[in-house]
Amino acid sequence: MTTQNIPVSNLDQYIAAFEGLEQNGAAQDPAWLRQLRLDAFHRFTELGFPTARRGNEEWKYTDVGPLAKTAFQSPASTAVPVLDFQSVQPFTYGGATGNRIVFVNGAYSESLSSVARHPESLTLAPFSQALSLDGDLVQRHLGKNADYKEQAFVALNTAFLHDGALVHVPEGAVVEEPVLILHLSADGKDTVTHPRTLVVAAKDSKVTILESYGGLADGAYFANAVTEIILEPGAEVRHYRMQRQSEQAYHVATTSVTLSEGSSYTSVALDMGGKLTRNNLNALVAGEGASCVLNGAYLVTGRQHVDNQVIIDHASPHTTSRELYKGVLDGRSQAVFHGSIIVQRGAQKVDAKQEDRNLLLSDHCEADTRPAFWIYADDVKCAHGASSGKLDDDALFYLKSRGLDEQEARSLLTKGFVHDITATIAHESIRAHTEAAVSGWLEKL
Amino acid sequence: MLEIKNLHASVGDVEILKGVNLSVNAGEVHAIMGPNGSGKSTLANALAGHANYKVTAGSVTFDGKDLLAQPPEQRARAGLFLSFQNPIEIPGVRLDHFLRAGLNAVNKSKGLEELDVLKFDRLIAKKVKVVEMDRAFARRAVNEGFSGGERKRSEILQMAVLEPKLAILDEPDSGLDVDALRVVSEGINELRSPERSLLLITHYQRILSYVVPDFIHIIVNGRFVRSGGKELALEIEAEGYDKYTEAAGAPAGE
Ligand SMILES: Nc1ncnc2c1ncn2[C@@H]1O[C@H](COP(=O)(O)OP(=O)(O)OP(=O)(O)O)[C@@H](O)[C@H]1O
Ligand SMILES: [Mg+2]
Repeated sequence: MTTQNIPVSNLDQYIAAFEGLEQNGAAQDPAWLRQLRLDAFHRFTELGFPTARRGNEEWKYTDVGPLAKTAFQSPASTAVPVLDFQSVQPFTYGGATGNRIVFVNGAYSESLSSVARHPESLTLAPFSQALSLDGDLVQRHLGKNADYKEQAFVALNTAFLHDGALVHVPEGAVVEEPVLILHLSADGKDTVTHPRTLVVAAKDSKVTILESYGGLADGAYFANAVTEIILEPGAEVRHYRMQRQSEQAYHVATTSVTLSEGSSYTSVALDMGGKLTRNNLNALVAGEGASCVLNGAYLVTGRQHVDNQVIIDHASPHTTSRELYKGVLDGRSQAVFHGSIIVQRGAQKVDAKQEDRNLLLSDHCEADTRPAFWIYADDVKCAHGASSGKLDDDALFYLKSRGLDEQEARSLLTKGFVHDITATIAHESIRAHTEAAVSGWLEKL
Repeated sequence: MLEIKNLHASVGDVEILKGVNLSVNAGEVHAIMGPNGSGKSTLANALAGHANYKVTAGSVTFDGKDLLAQPPEQRARAGLFLSFQNPIEIPGVRLDHFLRAGLNAVNKSKGLEELDVLKFDRLIAKKVKVVEMDRAFARRAVNEGFSGGERKRSEILQMAVLEPKLAILDEPDSGLDVDALRVVSEGINELRSPERSLLLITHYQRILSYVVPDFIHIIVNGRFVRSGGKELALEIEAEGYDKYTEAAGAPAGE
């Protein structure tokens, strides 16, 4: 237990839940996985929850105290509701193709899913199948990228790791249709799920992943997600992450990406839901010539709090990263953007650029941008920019002079502000649905 | 159609318009000429309802209604249009999307049909031809990266779509090459009708040979100092504003 953390106050409850998992079928999991869970659980009890206390830069602006104090229950496995596809459609963002895997309250939904097992092109499977059929692959990568030894929420997720989604794209395969991974919370109060995803894009493969989180019921539930993505040499992954949890929900998501040489990773994240959202995006740019583009938009209102922590670790020379995050804040919302760029010793010719722009629609919202650079090489290019401001009066007047009223003008300008981000979604239908979701959010203001 | 009486307007604490009187009837074209800083754009912006231009005295009626009491969008819906001297960039907002929102806001207020994407697409495809541009032009973000001439064409395109009753054109000719000047002028003329009126602000006589005005007004230091027919433009071209500025003293704002 470090001084930076809050001890787990309701430890008994977590122990009971951990033991309960084994009784609910997890005891049949392979020995290595059971050991991984045990190690992670121990580590979680040691780490406790991070505190927003001074000096703890990573958590300075985000208080997980209320989350730490709540005694979340695992959703009862008998209570998994039967959903028709219609009701989950709003969370598919035009990416509901033949390749989709759906989890409801943390449990794999066979009826909503359409998984794939094509050794030549794509494996999309729940862990319940993958652990036996793709056991070696899963064991080789699971838990190796997202660091449960240092990050409390990863430790907690890993301690409860049982089901999840595996995406494997074999060498040279190009998957045209996007792969949809959908995690839904359908019953409200005080339940916790630990969504887990593993994506392995083998050498020179190409795939588009749409990872979506949504709440079908209002409630103060907690989703604690971990996604690991491995890009082998030359692989190309486009990753779209959409989050529309209930407005009382806690959403903590860790995405750990490892890039080998010549690979390229693009992510576009859109956060609109959640009372408290914390995204950790860690990209280890480990291979020469690898590049990543990390874009995101967050739209918050009321008393929502969203915190994006992006760490890009340039471990190899000739690697590039581009980060553009844009926030729209209304009401009394708060947003934090904490972008760290590390350039390791010897990683010459790194080219990194980071930008965070916030649009403040009310006088009571607050945006904090914290860039950090740790540079241990001398021949590098690093740039960053940040701003927050209101809508431009002259722009508003221009729109009104053509007949738009205040609300329409504000909405159109705000959409224009976010457009930079949504425009980077290469998949046309996903882009259109995402833009529509942004419009829908704006209409409710 | 437009009745301006003793209009005073300030920017910040500085009075710029010092008693403007003007009466515009349906179908008329009025040109306004005057030296830099004399208050032409101030008049245009005050009529369109920009909050930075505060009317401190006087009255304006448009179609018999008090114009100054209306917010800018209501003025636009009532048929007033301002072609800006320096149109602003709106990143991320497509010109055609913006224009459809504007036209539908206007139509809705009149109880007319709102155009869906397909119908508007047909309309805009036709209207871009007025300013001799292609359909792709209207898919670009509003004024983003537009050249000076493209900005003016975009303003005229917007006017052509919205078909206002009264168009206030603030230097639609500045910065245009000869071909663009012809295109913009023809675009303006296309709108002319017995029901529509124009207020055309310009420094040059050249556009007035395309868009022939019924009246020309000279504004100096926030006041109209002379009004006359189209021949006044030639006189200004030859003699400048010296004799008016000397009489009027310091320029507006000082
Ligand atoms: N937003 C503003 N802030 C400060 N001063 C302003 C503003 N707008 C206008 N002014 C001042 O008001 C005066 C009149 O300006 P206006 O733009 O109306 O002139 P104009 O006749 O249109 O000139 P031009 O021919 O150069 O376009 C000038 O002194 C100008 O500096
Ligand atoms: Mg002017």
